[in-house]
Amino acid sequence: MKTLSDFDWKPLAGVPLLALLALPLVGSPSTWLTLTVAGLAMGMIVFIIASGLTLVFGLMDVLNFGHGVFIALGAFVATSVLGAMADWTGSAELWRNLVAVFPAMLAAMAVAGALGLAFERFIVRPVYGQHLKQILITMGGMIIGEELIKVIWGPEQIPLPLPEGMRGAWVWGDAAIERYRVVAVAVGLLVFAALYWTLNRTKIGLLVRAGVQDREMVESLGYRIRRLFVGVFVVGSALAGLGGVMWGLYQQNVVPQMGAQVNVLIFIVIIIGGLGSTGGALIGALLVGLMANYTGFLLPKLALFSNIALMVAVLLWRPQGVYPVSNR
Amino acid sequence: MSEAQNLLELRGVHTHIGAYHILHGVDLAVPRGELTMLLGRNGAGKTTTLRTIMGLWQASEGSVHFDGRDIGRLHTPHIAGLDIAYVPENMGIFADLTVKENMLLAARRARTAAQIDEQRLQWIFGLFPAVQKFWNHPAGKLSGGQKQMLAVSRAIVEPRKLLIIDEPSKGLAPVMINNMIDAFAQLKASGVTILLVEQNIHFAKRLGDSVAVMDDGRVVHAGRMAELAEDEALQRSLLGLAL
Repeated sequence: MKTLSDFDWKPLAGVPLLALLALPLVGSPSTWLTLTVAGLAMGMIVFIIASGLTLVFGLMDVLNFGHGVFIALGAFVATSVLGAMADWTGSAELWRNLVAVFPAMLAAMAVAGALGLAFERFIVRPVYGQHLKQILITMGGMIIGEELIKVIWGPEQIPLPLPEGMRGAWVWGDAAIERYRVVAVAVGLLVFAALYWTLNRTKIGLLVRAGVQDREMVESLGYRIRRLFVGVFVVGSALAGLGGVMWGLYQQNVVPQMGAQVNVLIFIVIIIGGLGSTGGALIGALLVGLMANYTGFLLPKLALFSNIALMVAVLLWRPQGVYPVSNR
Repeated sequence: MSEAQNLLELRGVHTHIGAYHILHGVDLAVPRGELTMLLGRNGAGKTTTLRTIMGLWQASEGSVHFDGRDIGRLHTPHIAGLDIAYVPENMGIFADLTVKENMLLAARRARTAAQIDEQRLQWIFGLFPAVQKFWNHPAGKLSGGQKQMLAVSRAIVEPRKLLIIDEPSKGLAPVMINNMIDAFAQLKASGVTILLVEQNIHFAKRLGDSVAVMDDGRVVHAGRMAELAEDEALQRSLLGLAL
């Protein structure tokens, strides 16, 4: 077991450091608190989406540029489920809202996971080990997926309003903390805890961590890495579906192209984190979420550029990402 | 020697890596219960032979038989599942995992470290005390020699029919090489069959029962290790040096 002294604290310290650096620039502590909670919520949602993708790359060297289609699919499934449960989402009682959102999340994860299974079998598997073809064919897969979403749900933007009990904000002094953002942070922490437990406390997780480092050796020990990879791909797709629900509720509307829009952020996150590292993906997502919110407030025109600048700065510091995976 | 007496047999194996033709019809027999040394100059094809046996590179021609079964077209996990342990030249240590986690991965029947056979583990700790000493430490922080000990320990954490080990003494200090020789002597005495690639002649002479010498992608000599060790002229002609 790694001891605390073995743990590399510097990247983790980067999150509070970024927040503290932003405080004098933002000026007002209440505005800063609002932006920080919003940034952490956004970061947690992006982490949910990116965690599967980073493992998919780490395990099999697969560049899946089609990951965004699972996000969009999850969000659209949620519009259907939540639309059918309008009585529950319209209630002011939070528990009734959660009863509606929970099956929407499960349905989104199930449908995105099932699509992930087909995506891996028919689109990714024929191009193992061929990066250029992977980029082209997975992007093609995403375009087809978007068009299928348009066939089922139509090409227009669909509203995905927050359930009644999740609207509004808790006011703390002059700071307003939006309720949904706290829910998003809580869901993100739950997903992280579940992933952390699975990866660090189970043999399957041990195999995934080992496979990310040296898949050939895992096979030489008698384990079928392809089967493991399919499992990780399906779980990663399901998590992207869950992230799509969270992102759709965050934006309060969904469009078929939403996956492609989020794709850029996800790739920035997994590159910052170190390809294959879930801990790195969490740090990367939180940094990206905070940076997007601070610059969105301070310098709105530089919001997208700021995350690319953040990635460049991190890569200048650590060219393999904040938590590089060994042996790759 | 008949197929029944040989645990592993390669017949006319050719292997290509991309455009390169590396193995040119390798014939190799590994007798049951013996330690077979695979010798040869750098680039002779020893590592490629081991990787071909493990299915990491597919033979383009010829056959690989293990325990009477053709394994030439099987995938690596299936081959390993036939109770063959492989230690590659780079040791294949998972640097970000602890020593315990590395061992647990190799113990296919155990889901937790507590389920690893305690008696066998104590035997391994006796052979390689460093494995016990650094049990909870990240494997990436071990020295080169300690990593090599961990790699061999991992291969023997559960009983296997065949151990395939690529240059276990590479880069080790003399005292560690002696430890390794003692460990392999104990393994031999336990009846396990071993195929060992080695450049260290002292190592080969002390441990080998049978020997195969490779050159230019072929086995150019096969016989008893003791006979080769006594025949200086043969050594010079095969290896370019006397043992």
